[in-house]
Amino acid sequence: MSNEEEKKQPDAPPDRAADAESGAVESTVAKREMVAAEPEPAQPIAKAEEPALVRAAYEHPLAIRITHWVAAISLFVLVASGLRIFRAFPSFGTKIPEKVLLDIPKSLTLGGWLGGALQWHFTFMWFFAVSGVVYVVYQVVSGHYRTMLFTLSDIPGVWPMARHYFFFGPKPAATGQYNPLQKLAYTSTILFGALALLTGIVLYKPVQFSWLAFLFGGFHLTRVWHFAAMCGFLAFIPGHLIMVVLHGWANFYSMLSGWKREPEYQE
Amino acid sequence: MITRLEDKELKRRSRRQLLKLAPVAALGVFAFPKVSDRLIAAGVRFGDWASGALFRSQHLAQTFSNTDVVPFEKFPYNGYDVLDPEVDLEKWTLTVEGDVQHPGEYKLAQIQALPKLNQNTRHVCVEGWDVVGAFGGTPISNFLTLVGANTGARFLEVECVDDYYESIDMASALHPQSLLCYEMYGQPLDRGHGAPLRLQMATKLGYKQAKYLDTIRVTNVLKPGRSGYWEDQGYSWFGGL
Repeated sequence: MSNEEEKKQPDAPPDRAADAESGAVESTVAKREMVAAEPEPAQPIAKAEEPALVRAAYEHPLAIRITHWVAAISLFVLVASGLRIFRAFPSFGTKIPEKVLLDIPKSLTLGGWLGGALQWHFTFMWFFAVSGVVYVVYQVVSGHYRTMLFTLSDIPGVWPMARHYFFFGPKPAATGQYNPLQKLAYTSTILFGALALLTGIVLYKPVQFSWLAFLFGGFHLTRVWHFAAMCGFLAFIPGHLIMVVLHGWANFYSMLSGWKREPEYQE
Repeated sequence: MITRLEDKELKRRSRRQLLKLAPVAALGVFAFPKVSDRLIAAGVRFGDWASGALFRSQHLAQTFSNTDVVPFEKFPYNGYDVLDPEVDLEKWTLTVEGDVQHPGEYKLAQIQALPKLNQNTRHVCVEGWDVVGAFGGTPISNFLTLVGANTGARFLEVECVDDYYESIDMASALHPQSLLCYEMYGQPLDRGHGAPLRLQMATKLGYKQAKYLDTIRVTNVLKPGRSGYWEDQGYSWFGGL
């Protein structure tokens, strides 16, 4: 148990502060008590003056928060520059004849032209790849993945949660840090990320990674999968942002500070 | 894991943890165009370095049967400027310079006299499209042997009749599927595809496959600001597949 999670003993005398981190708080408490009870400093007279305790949870370890934000920024850059790259050949068919599958407005893109977009893409792909690999390795090694990995036992909980979100059904009781629908969404993003990364490797080096190209059905089809991975993220992100807004500041702040005030779940 | 904390203590711990996230804000430098322009160019250079390290000199690109090749009419003509720089095919010679034992002018017949390789390989454009085409020519390595090139040199620079220019790493130039190409689909190169001679390398993107070759130079130092027509504007220099 880290000292972040250690439960502070409100009744413990000030000199028994075991936790170095809480030293400052202990001393202010001590000072206040001395002022309030000058004649008999040793007596804990005023129970009412004990500060009220707040329920809190350390939800997101530092590695998760860093990789979350690096990946979020990278995704923004990769999607915007990727759409600019797609504009250069907005089709999955043949070059001759070429059909415009999707005309993406320039204003939604990054890089100014194909070469500029490629520079953004080829720079942030490294950030995205590294943050993704660090994230997955950390989740597995630390065991923290148990809070978010969607498993078979989560399946029955998906529909009640979807009914609550989309059809105003009753709110299912909170069971853990994340509900089954959240787990499904977060687990999906890992799959989208893995797909984006692997197909990206093929598009970048189709000859050196010809075996990987073969797995995705060849170079041409890999470009479709790469686009599909982006669509997966584009499906996830709006819902994710709406949920963050609906659940308020404490929820958002916890991805910055790790700590969530008054979490809605128990245990 | 629920903990009970004093409000002040919770705020203090939150602040401490928030500060630990500060290094991520360093990515904010990308918001400044003057800085980001240099950084993303450096990102591409890093990718080029990694690409060179990943490149396997004997790993072959996939080749295709004649039935998988797109019809000639569906192999796009792509040029940066004009599709016909009006090369005088009768008088054309290839100038060879640099770190070679036999510099000078070489005729097409001398190149055609070298062992010929026909290959059906995928041509990949940086724009995202790809076609399988049929190419014929002699491996660049044969020609480098003929002119007595120092293959320990780092680069091959080419200049073209239409003022296009390119440079490639020696390892890619020596790859068995890198050709001095004078035929497509069993016919002499037509003017749109780079007559009389072009590069055709199965391990490189389309923009590296310079057409209308005029000069080849073997060198250890690239001419400053002349690493390639598109590369000088921001494309990846390695451009490898």
